[in-house]
Amino acid sequence: MAAALVIILLLGGWEAYARLGSIDDFILPAPDQVASSLFHDRGLLWDNLLVTAQEVVLGLALALAAGALLAFALHSFGPLRRAIYPLLVGTQAIPIVTIAPLLAAWFGYGILPKLVIVALVCFFPIVVTTLDGLAAVDPEQHKLLRTLGASRAQVFRWVEAPAALPAALSGAKIAVAVGGIAAVFAEYAGSEKGLGHLLLQSIPQLETARAWAAVVVLAALAITCFSLLALVERRLAPWAHRKDPAA
Amino acid sequence: MATRVGAVVAAPRDVEGDVHLEGVTRRFGEVVALQDVTLRVAPQEVIAVVGPSGCGKSTLLDLVCGLQRADAGTLTAGRAVLMPQRDLLLPWLDARDNAALPLRLAGADKDEARAQAHTLLAELGLDGFERARTWELSGGMRQRVAVARTLLSGAPILCLDEPFGALDAITRADAQAWLAAILHRTPRTVLLVTHDVEEAAVLADRVVVLSPRPGRVVADLTVDLPRGSAGRTPTDPQVVAVRARALDALRGAMA
Repeated sequence: MAAALVIILLLGGWEAYARLGSIDDFILPAPDQVASSLFHDRGLLWDNLLVTAQEVVLGLALALAAGALLAFALHSFGPLRRAIYPLLVGTQAIPIVTIAPLLAAWFGYGILPKLVIVALVCFFPIVVTTLDGLAAVDPEQHKLLRTLGASRAQVFRWVEAPAALPAALSGAKIAVAVGGIAAVFAEYAGSEKGLGHLLLQSIPQLETARAWAAVVVLAALAITCFSLLALVERRLAPWAHRKDPAA
Repeated sequence: MATRVGAVVAAPRDVEGDVHLEGVTRRFGEVVALQDVTLRVAPQEVIAVVGPSGCGKSTLLDLVCGLQRADAGTLTAGRAVLMPQRDLLLPWLDARDNAALPLRLAGADKDEARAQAHTLLAELGLDGFERARTWELSGGMRQRVAVARTLLSGAPILCLDEPFGALDAITRADAQAWLAAILHRTPRTVLLVTHDVEEAAVLADRVVVLSPRPGRVVADLTVDLPRGSAGRTPTDPQVVAVRARALDALRGAMA
C-alpha cells in the first residue's frame, strides 16, 4: 500500500514537472506519454524484453554456478583466497563499457558476449555472500562433524553446501538489479535486439517516451527476477528465515 | 519418565569402552589447562566431571575424543564421540534426519537410518515430532534429538559437555531422568562434564572433581546407589552426601 502511494506521488510530481516545467518532451516525457508508448509499442517492447530477459536469466544462472564454485574454491584453499580475492575486488572497478567491445570482438554479436558480461557483473556479489555464508558456519559444527567421523566431502554435503545456499541466493538477489544494466551495456556494444538495443535506437530518433518505456520494462524485469529469487529462496531454504530459538 | 529399579549388571571388560588417562598434561602456550591428570573409566561406567569454569573440563573431553592431543602423559580410549554443549542441530534437516546424521555419515542407507532414528526418538518421547523442523522444537526436545544423534553414532564412549546446561530447572530434571533411563537400557561409557554438582550426583557412578586451572583431579567420589534406581533423586541422603562432599572438594580446591 505504502509503495503504491509513493509511486502515485512520484508519478504525479513527474507529470506536473514535465507538463508545467520548461523541460522539452524529447528530454523528459511525461508519464502519460510513457504509458501511451508502453501500450502502442507493446509488441516491440515484448520482443525485445524476451531477448534481454534471456540474457539476464541465463547470465545470472552462469554467475551463480561460477560464483558458488569459486567461493568454495577460495573457502577451501586459504592461499588461493589470499591470492585471488583482492584481484576479484579490483576487477569490479573495471567499467563494463570498456570490456564490452572486447568481448564482442572475441565472442561475436550473438548472445554469448551478453551472457559473459551479465555473468561478470552478477558474479561478484554472489562470490562475496557465498564466501560469507561458508565462513559463518559454526566452528563447533565442524568439530561435531569431525567427532562423528565425517570426511571432507561429507562436511561439504551436509553442512557447507546447505549453509551456503541461502547466502548464494541473497547474492543473486543483489546481482539481479545490476544484471539488467549489464545486459543493456552489453547490447550497446553490439546487438540487433534487446531493450538496450531499443534504447540506443530510440534516443537518436527522438522517441524518448519509447526509451523510457523500455526502462520501465527493464525495471519490471528486475522486480520480477528479484521476486522469483526470493520465492525460490523461501522454498529451498526455509530455515534462513527462521530465528532458531536455541541457535 | 519411567525409571526402573535394577541391580547393576557386572560389565564385561571391554577395551573399546575403556578410558585411561595417565599423567596427562595439556598446555595452550603459557596456559596449563590440565596438569598430570590420571583417570580410569571402566566400560559402561558413568563418570561426572565437575569443576569451576575454565578448569579444563571441555579440554579433557576433546582429548578423549581425539580432537586435541595431550602434551604429556598417555591416553588410551576407544572410539569416543562428543556431544557439545549446544545442540548444533542442522536447521536444513528435520528432527529425524538430524538424529540419523551419524548413520548417514557412516554410509547407512537413507531409509534404514531414518527407521533407526525414528525408533530412538520415539523412545525418547519425541513420537510425532520426527518430521518437525528444528525451530519447531523446544529446548528440551532439541536436546533429546542431540542425544539421539550422539547415541546413534554407535560409539562405546560418549563425552557429554554440559548437555543440559541451557535448560530450565524442570526440563533439566526431566532430561536427567530420560538420560538415566536410556543409559540403563543401553549402557555406554559416559564422561559427563557439568558444573551442576547435583546433576553429577544424580546421574553418575563416580564424581571426579577438578581444581581451577591448571586442572588436576582433587577428588574422586563414588556414588553407592545403582543408577536408574528409584533412590536416585536429588533428595536421597546418599545423593545429598555425595553432593556435599563434592562441593567441599570444590571449595577446598578454590581456596
